[in-house]
Amino acid sequence: MSNIPAELRYATTHEWVRPEGDGIYTVGITEHAQDLLGDMVFVDLPDVDDEYGAGDDAAVAESVKAASDVYAPIGGTIVEVNEDLEDSPELVNSDPYGDGWLFKIKAEDEAEVNELLDAEGYAESIADE
Amino acid sequence: MNKTVLHAKHLEAGAKMVDFFGWDMPINYGSQIEEHHAVRQDAGMFDVSHMTIVDVKGAQAKDYLRYLLANDVDKLQVKGKALYSGMINETGGVVDDLIVYFFDETNYRLVVNSATKQKDLDWLNQHASNFDVSITERDEFAMIAVQGPNAKAKAAELFSDAQKEAVADMKPFFGVQAEDLFIATTGYTGEAGYEIMVPNTQAGDFWDKLIAAGVTPCGLGARDTLRLEAGMNLYGQDMDETISPLAANMGWTIAWEPAERNFVGRKALESQRAQGTEQLIGLVMTEKGVLRAGQKVKVDGGEGVITSGTFSPTLGHAIAMARVPKPVGVTAEVELRKKWVTVNVVKPSFVRNGNSVL
Repeated sequence: MSNIPAELRYATTHEWVRPEGDGIYTVGITEHAQDLLGDMVFVDLPDVDDEYGAGDDAAVAESVKAASDVYAPIGGTIVEVNEDLEDSPELVNSDPYGDGWLFKIKAEDEAEVNELLDAEGYAESIADE
Repeated sequence: MNKTVLHAKHLEAGAKMVDFFGWDMPINYGSQIEEHHAVRQDAGMFDVSHMTIVDVKGAQAKDYLRYLLANDVDKLQVKGKALYSGMINETGGVVDDLIVYFFDETNYRLVVNSATKQKDLDWLNQHASNFDVSITERDEFAMIAVQGPNAKAKAAELFSDAQKEAVADMKPFFGVQAEDLFIATTGYTGEAGYEIMVPNTQAGDFWDKLIAAGVTPCGLGARDTLRLEAGMNLYGQDMDETISPLAANMGWTIAWEPAERNFVGRKALESQRAQGTEQLIGLVMTEKGVLRAGQKVKVDGGEGVITSGTFSPTLGHAIAMARVPKPVGVTAEVELRKKWVTVNVVKPSFVRNGNSVL
């Protein structure tokens, strides 16, 4: 059974979101997603100050198996990206909810977070796959 | 779904299993890249029991194989020597690629692909009707490939004295039956090592002992990146029944001489050779991104396609094989996800014995 931390919110497209205060949210991909993709070889991150709407493709996670779009779970402006992934994309595999985070986004409308799934909802969504 | 005799061992080791042409096989045991490095730097092993072992015996075994294969088994003069060849159809496409081991002129062993098993057996039998040969599948054997710079030494820990003696001076591309084991210096990784046929009843125990000897279990994922780095074709991907061996970097496996030897597909191959074919090239991309099968490629001669592409764990960048029309310059354009990128053209061989050959 995949690890799905209870304190995070999730998109059906396998991104997780963690509130950092001041309307800033850290975004990564779930353990289930990295498991499906296999060993990560490149992560193509957005640029700081890029603006995205909820559901826009913001990054590409490229594994040995496939290249996969990562979508902005909420709309906003990129304020930081995880530069460690440049040299160590495998952090996405080894620590998807920690050191393997992808980017931080300043929410345009924090209410969009409430439309995301909670841990239970995400667990159900991947159980249906 | 078909299962090899080692299936339970894979589950025990926590392997992620996939459907590989009807076989439930391990894709990895955790990390495909770590398994890849184990083979390049130490010793790894693969369950290849899904591959098909076929013995060809009889008074006309040699004549039959000289007719069936594009390569010429007459080259095999030393007991145990192996040969790589394609089986070609009447339209000059590849039915399958295989390895044939020579014991004597009435006794050969073939190893053919699993995905094409029934087609191959039908093809072998269909062309055997005019020859005094028997064709026998040997599914009582499992097969384990042990590969890597330390593979031979670690595998030898399991060998009896007689087996050690049998393989002591064995050169690459030979096979020998030594007591219960058939041990061959062949592989699909570009590293030294053995492919070992072991009776099904002993396979699980043999696998466990290899683990105890420090050999890392590796899945089909690593097998694919290793063979691609080594520039070895995968049937169904780099060639198939519709592709000429001349367009699949297999020209060297066609024995044109002696000209009087007739073999299946010869006429079609001769006309392909006269007319010219596409060619299989290697591609190297050092910038970020991964080359993948199916991506379009443009060269001077026109548009082609990537047949196999991957991130090369050994080199740290993307590599690929592509089938393209001639002529080909020193660079090619590849259509990545959203843009065309210039990549370098090389011979389709990237890594041998742990080192880059670029």
